[in-house]
Amino acid sequence: MKDLLEKYRPLVAHHDRAVQAGVDPINLVNERVLSPSRAVINGREVVLAGTNNYMGITFDPDCIAAGQEALASFGAGTTGSRIANGTYALHAELERALANALNREHCLIFSTGYQANLASLAGLAGKGDTIFLDADSHASIHDGATLSGAEIIWFRHNDPDNLARRLRRHQGEGGVLVVLEGLYSMFGDRAPLREFVEVKKEFGFQLLVDEAHSFGVLGEHGRGLAEEAGVEDEVDFVVGTFSKSIGAIGGFAASNHPMFEALRFAARPYMFTAAPSPASVATALCAVRKLQAEPERRTRLMDNARRLRDGLKELGLRIACEEETPIIAVMCDDEEQVVRRWNALLQAGVYVNLALPPGTPGNSYLLRCSATAAMDEKDIADIIAGFAAALRMVG
Amino acid sequence: MSGREEIVGELMKLLEGFNVKKVPLAPDTDIPAQLELDSVQVMDFIMQVEDTFDINIPQHEVAEIRTLNDLADVVMKRKGA
Repeated sequence: MKDLLEKYRPLVAHHDRAVQAGVDPINLVNERVLSPSRAVINGREVVLAGTNNYMGITFDPDCIAAGQEALASFGAGTTGSRIANGTYALHAELERALANALNREHCLIFSTGYQANLASLAGLAGKGDTIFLDADSHASIHDGATLSGAEIIWFRHNDPDNLARRLRRHQGEGGVLVVLEGLYSMFGDRAPLREFVEVKKEFGFQLLVDEAHSFGVLGEHGRGLAEEAGVEDEVDFVVGTFSKSIGAIGGFAASNHPMFEALRFAARPYMFTAAPSPASVATALCAVRKLQAEPERRTRLMDNARRLRDGLKELGLRIACEEETPIIAVMCDDEEQVVRRWNALLQAGVYVNLALPPGTPGNSYLLRCSATAAMDEKDIADIIAGFAAALRMVG
Repeated sequence: MSGREEIVGELMKLLEGFNVKKVPLAPDTDIPAQLELDSVQVMDFIMQVEDTFDINIPQHEVAEIRTLNDLADVVMKRKGA
């Protein structure tokens, strides 16, 4: 019989070639984490410019204290799923706090953001239904759609007319779910949500928006793109994560649909995994309240993103997205250039995300940076200086 | 445009845009393997096919398609030809 791993030989060869350029980007280790914007990698301090830690809340003293208290009073882990012994007072409290923050009747939390999408898509849609996906959708959305057993139809990225064409051709008795993202993770571009809502009014599908990168970031109260675009009533389901602006781990899904809580006994990725650990739930709860009380964090984040974007553009670098967004993706020419630059940046004391096809839009080669509210002027100056040094080193 | 040959001819034209290595195309060319297309390129190609023939091709059917002939079968089925 065939060796199961044999099929990965070309992938392994590809990875080996990438590693020859220096550090292995897949197995990079943060030996110590000094702050939301500094860590020790390969024995030296680097400034972190690719963390998605948008609000810089991971070292907030109140969040840490809340986590420590929950660890002491509820223990290290839940050792059970939400539908068995894994629901603690903290889980229920976080669900209420999030429902309140999101202005939604119902909210479920999940052990990771990935599972929030798996559970939402596979819980909502099933065999006989159809899910329309944007071509740049995150892997968790694709995987959730696959798990659901629904038919999957792709439409062109951020193209409401293209979605409308596909809906016009669509035949089928089942339900139709359209999934969009508030901010697309690689380029940081928004979905044109108002235009998609116009399509929704014509065809009457149900709409899910994944606000993973936009929850806490966009909108006057940080509720995400739907709030910023003024169309929250038209968004049936909101999904998000705790591993970005909330600085913990886990995810959520919220809705005003009167039957939404049926997902608690219909969505397998909610039912058949251990409930999130007490410390993580407690830090998330503290962070949700902090973000509501401290809107200045959003202002600081966007100011930092603007300064970082302007500085990189002054070096002559091409940025993938011109919108005001905390994600700043530097476009490179090819794999050799992007890998060389990424290694040179690390040598110059800057960590960014290395993003390669097929995980990138349009098969682009990206040095993906994200700003955080926790960056100070020196952090931003060091990142820009690091890019300048890397460009001098390797072009 | 409903004859198989015409459909295969149109598909070949669409595929040229993805045929960077200029592999000679035939009805039994294994599209992803011989053209070395990754999953994103396959998706992009399929979206062009859908818009050209005004059909929707669900993902589970895309997974079964290897050759231009396979794809022509799907196009004909979806067009009701």
